[in-house]
Amino acid sequence: MYKVVIGLEVHCEVKTNSKNFSSARNTYSEYPNENIDTVDIGLPGILPVANKDAFRKSLKMALALNCKTPDIVMFDRKNYYYPDLPKGYQITQETKQVGVNGYVMINVNGEDKKVEINNIHLEEDTASLDHFGNYSLIDYNRAGVPLLETVTEPCLHSADEAITFLEALKGIFLYTGVSEARTDRGQMRCDVNVSLMEENATELGTKVEMKNINSFNNVRLAIEYEIKRQTEILKSGGKVMQETRRFDDEDLKTYPMRSKVDAVDYKYYIEPNIPPIKIENSLIDEIRSEIPMLQYERIQKYMNEYGLSRYDSDIIVRDKKVSDYFEETIKLKVNPKSSANFITTMILGYLNKYEKTIDELYLTPQMLCELIHMVDEGKISSKQSKQVFFKCIEENKEPKIVVKELGMTQITDDKTIRDIVIKLLDERPDLIEDHRKGKNTFDYFVGQVMKQTRGQANPSITANIIREEMEKR
Amino acid sequence: MKTILELRKELDESKITSDELFKEANLKAHKYQDEFNSFVTILDEKKEEKSDSLLSGIPYALKDNFSTKGILSTASSNILKDYVPVYDATIYKKLKSAGALLVGKTVLDELAMGGTGTTGHTGIVRNPWNKNHEIGGSSAGSACAVALGIVPFSIGSDTGDSIRKPAAFGGVVGFKPTYGRISRYGLFAFASSLDHVGCFTRCVKDAAIVTDVLKGKDERDMTSLPDEDIKYIDVIDNDIKGKKLFYIKEITDPELYKEAGNETLEILNKFKETIKRCKKIGFDVEEVSFDEKLLKAIYPSYMTISCAEATSNNSNLTGIPFGPRGEGNNINEIMFDARTKGFSELIKRRFILGSYILQRENQERLFKNAQRLRRIIVDKMNELFKYYDAMILPASGGVAPTFDSEIDRMSDRYLILENHMAIGNFGGFPSITIPNGFVDGMPIGINITGRVFEDGLTLNIANKIEEELGYKGLIKEEYDV
Repeated sequence: MYKVVIGLEVHCEVKTNSKNFSSARNTYSEYPNENIDTVDIGLPGILPVANKDAFRKSLKMALALNCKTPDIVMFDRKNYYYPDLPKGYQITQETKQVGVNGYVMINVNGEDKKVEINNIHLEEDTASLDHFGNYSLIDYNRAGVPLLETVTEPCLHSADEAITFLEALKGIFLYTGVSEARTDRGQMRCDVNVSLMEENATELGTKVEMKNINSFNNVRLAIEYEIKRQTEILKSGGKVMQETRRFDDEDLKTYPMRSKVDAVDYKYYIEPNIPPIKIENSLIDEIRSEIPMLQYERIQKYMNEYGLSRYDSDIIVRDKKVSDYFEETIKLKVNPKSSANFITTMILGYLNKYEKTIDELYLTPQMLCELIHMVDEGKISSKQSKQVFFKCIEENKEPKIVVKELGMTQITDDKTIRDIVIKLLDERPDLIEDHRKGKNTFDYFVGQVMKQTRGQANPSITANIIREEMEKR
Repeated sequence: MKTILELRKELDESKITSDELFKEANLKAHKYQDEFNSFVTILDEKKEEKSDSLLSGIPYALKDNFSTKGILSTASSNILKDYVPVYDATIYKKLKSAGALLVGKTVLDELAMGGTGTTGHTGIVRNPWNKNHEIGGSSAGSACAVALGIVPFSIGSDTGDSIRKPAAFGGVVGFKPTYGRISRYGLFAFASSLDHVGCFTRCVKDAAIVTDVLKGKDERDMTSLPDEDIKYIDVIDNDIKGKKLFYIKEITDPELYKEAGNETLEILNKFKETIKRCKKIGFDVEEVSFDEKLLKAIYPSYMTISCAEATSNNSNLTGIPFGPRGEGNNINEIMFDARTKGFSELIKRRFILGSYILQRENQERLFKNAQRLRRIIVDKMNELFKYYDAMILPASGGVAPTFDSEIDRMSDRYLILENHMAIGNFGGFPSITIPNGFVDGMPIGINITGRVFEDGLTLNIANKIEEELGYKGLIKEEYDV
């Protein structure tokens, strides 16, 4: 067997109002060439103006990935000719990236792993091309959209690790609000480097790069295919070629695009139209304070402090809003396990079924706490609480009102129950006699109490009182 | 020949109207077009916005590498021969709202690369003082239009000396202010770190008036400087007594030019006479020594940096989003064909050089070393500017060359004397060329380069020297109509 070494270069579009270097809108559009400006089509005489928000969000992401941020940031030009690149160069960061030497903690099938980040840099997206029979069309809507590229060290060793990392990265983009990271809109795309090495080798094997894979599942398939292909080559005594390959998402195989000898020299040099931008410590502190606690840390906290299972913690942190909702309930002193249980089963079940988000839910964290407290205090049964939940969100009513309307409140008052019990025992001294002889007549009295209270008497209180009163006789 | 200020007075006193000024400029533009070829496009219709600016109602010409919405903008290159922009350069907008009247778009050396005025796609530009001579470039048509008296001012761009050299050859004033003082948005980029916008005028005061309109922070140009509170026209008459000027021994010492012709010696003589007159009016002028090796490095460093940047800046000219579409079986062939047909050999040569310079294996040795030299030269200049207020030098080692003398100019002897003005681009220093008389009937110029950000002082110094020399509003007699 060979050891698998994987490195990822993940491109993710940054959520901003305007593009990275022009004032055209940065928004998803169904109509081609709707969001363009003179700068985006590279007309003669145009100049780039760096987008402050994109820049700030890049710093935020760099900090969220535990990267070192530089004292000054600069942009560089990456020069190549292709119709999706209207200026003939892409503005990117090569000399002074927005973040270097970071890491992301992930948990792969129960085991913690530190994924090292080589760098993260801000650049601009290209136009998108649609190829037809004998012609192609260019849509410049995407040209100039701010794009953050996260480059990992070659430190991943399986498709599972790669996918877990991508999901963690996506989570960080969503938690920090830097990107919507929607793969279905091409907002998150990935270049994958795969190489194999002998188990005890010290040098990395020859790497193969697969460009622009647009879904996590395809990343998995591409890695698995490439591992198989390279293994077969090595086993038969062959050599893996250093090259760039294309993953075909129809037959799920990779095909050669260009070899190392055809590698493009991008002739990077510093973009002269954007003066170096100085990064003040105060800015870094300010941005750092805006980063919320991220998924990995939340899972640790839920497991260690609240005693939740990893499974439930995973489910809760998947959506930051759900996780924030959960944490709101904790602040209201509710049992974390009860809250987690309610959220993962009832609430998420409902939201998924009706394709809603948690902020559309009528039931606030306060209301959920009320509901859980009623169960914990024995006012209603847990079965009843489900009924109350649905009525709450369907009729936009608070739980205590629903409980009242349904006449659900349990009788927990000692005297009320005791009066009923004493009367019942007085009526049937024969059954008390039978009980003493060892015959079970206890359940009969419980049943009678329930009958008389239409099931509202609290069962355990009722049982205790019957037991006490029988002893007395 | 009238200056902007003189025309302003006549307009204000209703002795003349802007209609008449425009008509006169338009007629002259057509009249001299065949002979001198200043323009790519001559506008026959006046468009005037109301304004109380000093430039209101004043005709001007604009170099054809500025983006003008709805008006052909070719950069004198075949690849843009039919290009009509959809947006206005910032300076064009400013001139429009100042009420200035655009008379035409002027010929340049193709894509502003070159210093001869002979490489534009519509033909060569000739020197009004003698048709057998070049006017120089790259802002050839803009220099020519002012030298012929068609317009009182024109706009050019200056990457090495593309305003200041043709100004010297045409007997007019050419000024480029500090890098960033005037927005470059809408100027077709040649070498972004060296490109400047500037103007040609008939006197220094007019250069101040035009710059006052053009300058200022532009949100579309991140390298543009913050607004200043001063107007240059208000400081141009300040007292200059005790201001310190220097000139470089290794450029001006006649001993270095023993084998040179009389022309060069005569130019150096005239320069020394001017230095004397500068002292007479109160300047302290000193000779300083500047490492000759560094001076020799100016031209190669300039070529290295500018070719590299030009290659990248002109990569948008593929005929894909705009421009003539090439032919071919695939996208590379189509772009290849458009660029093969669209550029002259000289341009392709520069692009190939630039591409070679930027190649990974050559960058350190060529591009980065050139940038280091640039930095060392600028540091040395800034060192001198700590003490001196400006540098004064001859603008050229000869008069405007004739059309067949190209080879002579490239000889080593002239290297420094011909190319030192790129120092102004290296450091982004304000730099102005003003006439310094005639040699063999052809105008010559001196260049004054000031401290960065001190455009006002540089103009002030130039204005005082101009007053002393008296070469103001020069024009060959036959065109002074």
